[in-house]
Amino acid sequence: MMTGKMSDSKYFNTQKKGEIYELKAELNSDKKEKKKEAVKKVIASMTVGKDVSALFTDVTMCMQTDNLELKKLVYLYLINYAKTQPDLAILAVNTFVKDCEDPNPLIRALAVRTMGCIRVEKITEYLCEPLRKCLKDEDPYVRKTAAVCVAKLHDISAARVEDQGFLETLGELLCDSNPMVVANAVAAISEILDTNPNAAKQVNIDTPTVNKLLTALNECTEWGQIFILDSLNNYSPRDEKECISICERITPRLAHANAAVVLSAVKVLMKLMDQIANSEFVQMLQKKLAPPLVTLLSAEAEIQYVALRNINLVVQKRPDILKHEIKAFFVKYNDPIYVKLEKLDIMIRLAAQSNIAQVLAELKEYATEVDVDFVRKAVRAIGRCAIKVEPSAEKCVTTLLELIQTKVNYVVQEAIVVIKDIFRKYPNKYETIISTLCENLDSLDEPEARAAMIWIVGEYAERIDNADEILQSFLDGFHDENTQVQLQLLTAIVKLFLKKPQETQELVQKVLSLATQDSDNPDLRDRGYIYWRLLSTDPAAAKEVVLAEKPLISEETDLIEPTLLDELICHISSLASVYHKPPAAFVEGRVPVRKIQVNRNAEGAAEADHHIEEDDRTYSEVEETGAPQQEVGGGDLLIGDLLSLDYPAPTPAAQPVNNNTYQQQPVADLLGDIFGGMDLGGGAAAVAAPTSSPMDLFSLSAPTNYVAPQQVVLPAARAKGLEVSATFARRNKGIFMDLTLANKTMMGMSGFAVQFNKNSFGLAPGAPLSVNCPVLPNVSASTSLPIVTTGPVMKMEPLLKVQIAIKNDIDVFYFECVVPAYVLFVEEGSMERNLFPQMWREIPDEKEKQFSLPFTNKTQEQVEQSLTANNVFVVATRQGGDGEHLIYTSVKFTNGIWVLGELRLAAGAAPTLALKTQTVAAISEVHSAICTILAN
Amino acid sequence: MLINSIFFINHSGDIFLEKHWRSIVSRSVCDQFFDAQTKAPTPEDVPPIITTNKNYLISIYREKIYLVAVTQMEVQPLFVIEFMHRVMDTFTEYFDECTESAIKDNIIVVYQLLEEMLDNGFPLATELNILTELIKPPTIINKAVSMVTGKEGVSSVLPGSQLSNVPWRRQGVKYANNEAYFDCIEDVDAIIDASGTVVSAEIHGNINCNVHLSGMPDLSMSFINPRLLDDVSFHPCVRLKRWENEKILSFVPPDGCFVLMSYHISTQNQVAIPVYVRAMINFKDGMGKVDITVGPKQTLGKTVDNVVITVPMPKEVTGCSMTTSVGTYTFDPVSKQLRWDIGKIQPLKVPTMRGSCTLPAGAQCKDAHPTIHVDFKIMQLAVSGLKVNRLDMFNENYKPFKGVKYITKAGNFQVRT
Repeated sequence: MMTGKMSDSKYFNTQKKGEIYELKAELNSDKKEKKKEAVKKVIASMTVGKDVSALFTDVTMCMQTDNLELKKLVYLYLINYAKTQPDLAILAVNTFVKDCEDPNPLIRALAVRTMGCIRVEKITEYLCEPLRKCLKDEDPYVRKTAAVCVAKLHDISAARVEDQGFLETLGELLCDSNPMVVANAVAAISEILDTNPNAAKQVNIDTPTVNKLLTALNECTEWGQIFILDSLNNYSPRDEKECISICERITPRLAHANAAVVLSAVKVLMKLMDQIANSEFVQMLQKKLAPPLVTLLSAEAEIQYVALRNINLVVQKRPDILKHEIKAFFVKYNDPIYVKLEKLDIMIRLAAQSNIAQVLAELKEYATEVDVDFVRKAVRAIGRCAIKVEPSAEKCVTTLLELIQTKVNYVVQEAIVVIKDIFRKYPNKYETIISTLCENLDSLDEPEARAAMIWIVGEYAERIDNADEILQSFLDGFHDENTQVQLQLLTAIVKLFLKKPQETQELVQKVLSLATQDSDNPDLRDRGYIYWRLLSTDPAAAKEVVLAEKPLISEETDLIEPTLLDELICHISSLASVYHKPPAAFVEGRVPVRKIQVNRNAEGAAEADHHIEEDDRTYSEVEETGAPQQEVGGGDLLIGDLLSLDYPAPTPAAQPVNNNTYQQQPVADLLGDIFGGMDLGGGAAAVAAPTSSPMDLFSLSAPTNYVAPQQVVLPAARAKGLEVSATFARRNKGIFMDLTLANKTMMGMSGFAVQFNKNSFGLAPGAPLSVNCPVLPNVSASTSLPIVTTGPVMKMEPLLKVQIAIKNDIDVFYFECVVPAYVLFVEEGSMERNLFPQMWREIPDEKEKQFSLPFTNKTQEQVEQSLTANNVFVVATRQGGDGEHLIYTSVKFTNGIWVLGELRLAAGAAPTLALKTQTVAAISEVHSAICTILAN
Repeated sequence: MLINSIFFINHSGDIFLEKHWRSIVSRSVCDQFFDAQTKAPTPEDVPPIITTNKNYLISIYREKIYLVAVTQMEVQPLFVIEFMHRVMDTFTEYFDECTESAIKDNIIVVYQLLEEMLDNGFPLATELNILTELIKPPTIINKAVSMVTGKEGVSSVLPGSQLSNVPWRRQGVKYANNEAYFDCIEDVDAIIDASGTVVSAEIHGNINCNVHLSGMPDLSMSFINPRLLDDVSFHPCVRLKRWENEKILSFVPPDGCFVLMSYHISTQNQVAIPVYVRAMINFKDGMGKVDITVGPKQTLGKTVDNVVITVPMPKEVTGCSMTTSVGTYTFDPVSKQLRWDIGKIQPLKVPTMRGSCTLPAGAQCKDAHPTIHVDFKIMQLAVSGLKVNRLDMFNENYKPFKGVKYITKAGNFQVRT
């Protein structure tokens, strides 16, 4: 098509003074053509961001016309400026209302569509009637336009949509005869639900509706298909048969040309697959999923990027799907960098013995490319392959050594970092290469590489002749080093000292004094004190701790935690899948508590990457090994002697604490606490004075909070011989489900797993169920299941009901529990004293309830204590008349709901309780929780 | 609300068009995009998804233009990306090209199109055939007609296909000559390493159609070897169920040009590599040596045409001096690309190129090993072996002319050195 000479750029040539004035004159011209030209000029100015709002009246005057193009142009203008001129916008209402009655469906639809776009509260009043008519219009084009308009109206005034019953009408449109109308109704509903979950009650997606949707799926536009597939994601099929039938009806979508349709279909299939036990069918589905995923990689780079982020999740969840497709992820030199990095990630995930030779050859190729970030990641990838695919380790190490020979600075440093991990994974296997590594000492200038090198020197000090010289050279610039390097250097020198005490006494003294006396860094100082203390009190224990055998590092360090992965699988194709974080973590306006928890998860996952902080682990190991061996060798005696001679054991008073920010406690108390918790026995125990310090690092339970005795929740008769008893408890700021699994059959049981259905507080297992398997006949196993509050949320009746499925090698069993409310009260629930009255007043009186509690013989003090122990916080107390005690309490649920209370205690009478909250449903739960707390 | 606003940004970072479907979003929202744009080493490297405080910026880069969509809620990024590509496709169809100047020249049509394509952030009408009926493309003829008759470029009736079950086809199509052409075009993507081993190879095929048939024809196409096609995606007109069950493409075609099917033959199957390239490129003693030989390999006797070899030289290289047995070479000192235009490969004359590159004194690029990009075209060959068996037409009575053509081309064909 040719572009004519008369181009629209002429509309921009109106830059001179008095422009607005001229336009005004033209807009009021009698000639139709001139008017239209003028409106076009106005629109052109608007598109480039010029302010032409002064012409509002004049442009609106042009609205009443039979000329559709002119009408559309005026509408464009109106949508843009109505917000700034609400009063004038009202003037246009009459024309809109008239147009909604026009015999031409195009004009009816245009009018209702434009009216909805004018985001002025006042105009909505006039919108309702025309909208109601249009939703029932005989022409499907008008109906489909009106459906979207409901979403627009909801955004401006949610209340009006609910009052006028538009949600129900929208629900009816789900069964419309025209697929395009159905698709738009689905889209509008999902948008409304996104901002207003309460609306779900009025729009019910049940089995017949789903059937309608699946039928519409075949006939509507590609965008409609996306909306429909998305809405199917929220539907839980009744049984496996329905699951399979839905899957079968969706799979053809995988061949759609639109990448978004394909990925939406992948999402629904991945989710439903979990609920299908028929392994043949699952296999077949997995086979069908591979080709479309690979095809996405030949689309535009932006699409590739999103696809790769999603494939990353798919591969973690079901590694089989793409195991033969690794070549599709080989990097092309002209891929954009963001695609390259993602491809590399997936290559490592798919690396296996069968393809490792090819993968390594590729990685080596990438390590010589130009882009620094990419090269680094490629080198790192080689290390990860070595750790993941054991038979390839040798080859990986050789490759890394070759890369070190290139002497390219950042390649060398990256290689050393990963070699450290390889040493951890395969101890005593590749130490011959240490000398090659030492040759590159001088070129290391990045903290991570320096720390890695120091770790290697410390760990293998006995094999490196000049280990002390090397560490000494690092020590000279101690204060200029990064914390990471300092910590590593401290540990390495202590290791060296324990291995070669004679030669390195001076070195260790120097590093300890540098770390404890000259440093502002609390972590460094604490670690310094711990070593110091350890070396001076019990050198044998020190050896045991510092040189303890380290647990092997796991193969895949950056896997997403399983519950999070399951949640992300449900969000495939969305932004969440790109960020690898649940929507609650970054979309505004979600439940805040979930946000915090989720962030913690995400950070945890990030930290797990590569970094092995050995000291954290050695503690836990000491706990397991118990008291250290008492046979102290000559070298150890010498160590003890040296330290006791030269260094008086630091006492609390002697050690200056030169920071104010970190902790107020005397250092020794802190140490004492740690050791007390660790129960090192021997010397350490003598120093330790476990008082009631607030830094309860190792003790596991706060003894005073109430935990109900376990009750049978699943009788053996209902579960083929498995009896489950359970209770819920709050410990260490977390929720735990304590379970006893009793085997009443004649055979051993194993393969236990547990899953929660959606529930009001998003409770979900925070870890897989750990049971020592098998559970033998007539034996019961107890376990404690950590529970997180980041699961999917659905309001239950009663509020605290949770449906749980427990699986063993026999079958899956279902049961229900009611979670006691008090385990959901968080530790941060103490409201500030001055906020309390303010909030109390803000809550309307109809949201208050009075209860009279059963008689208690506890004193006021005892009542306060047991409340506080259960996170019902006492904000204030007051003496009332007649010897009454008034206790004001606050409670905060895990999802951020506050409940305020006023408890009246009178001598010789039953106490009364008044509760107030914005969320009335919570009141009765808090009431029964307080009753339970006071009764026990 | 899926898409709140779209900003059109040119190479130098100016916003030259903005369209808002909801409240107006300030231009400053793009600041973080500009930061990313400045940081990116090449324009293609700007990450497609950027998060700001309150908004998500999802962008595409095409024809030296960035389209940046602003959204405030959890959306499907692919949906937004696909939609923006659709916008660019539509503009290209309307204005022949989709450059900044083309958009500026047709700003009113652009604005009307954007308004028609998206309503409140929901896609409204994205099918080209519906759009062209609603808003007339600015062709000379249309302009002339509107000048003479006073009719404007906006239709006042609802396009019939807007709601029909075949939204891609308009009703009442009539041709004097009824013809349907099908071009089966295969792109070979390959990575070949320095020793000539195929690292990965795959074929991306498209069946491009140009159909001019009257009325509502219902076509069905079958293949001799449909088993090759296990990874396909179809134009919405194709009945997916029928393909699943019988491996027959059954469809009511859109009017005009469209892509009926694209398919992908992956690395798992053996892919025939039609050309070989032997290359030696190394840099020593202050100069570079180049020696490249190209020849046909598995072409089933067909001639390899339009052969072009492109070598991205290291940035230190200042000049190249080559001798070629066939074709001509050029060196672009700005992009540092050495381009060798071979054309047709004659059976008896093996194309070679030898020569040296100059480096400035003291420059070292010992480790440089540029990846060579190869272009070629082979007519009358579908390298995968795909063949159309027959094409039938139902629902209409005339006899159409039917034609099928096969072409194999180089896609992303890379040879490492």
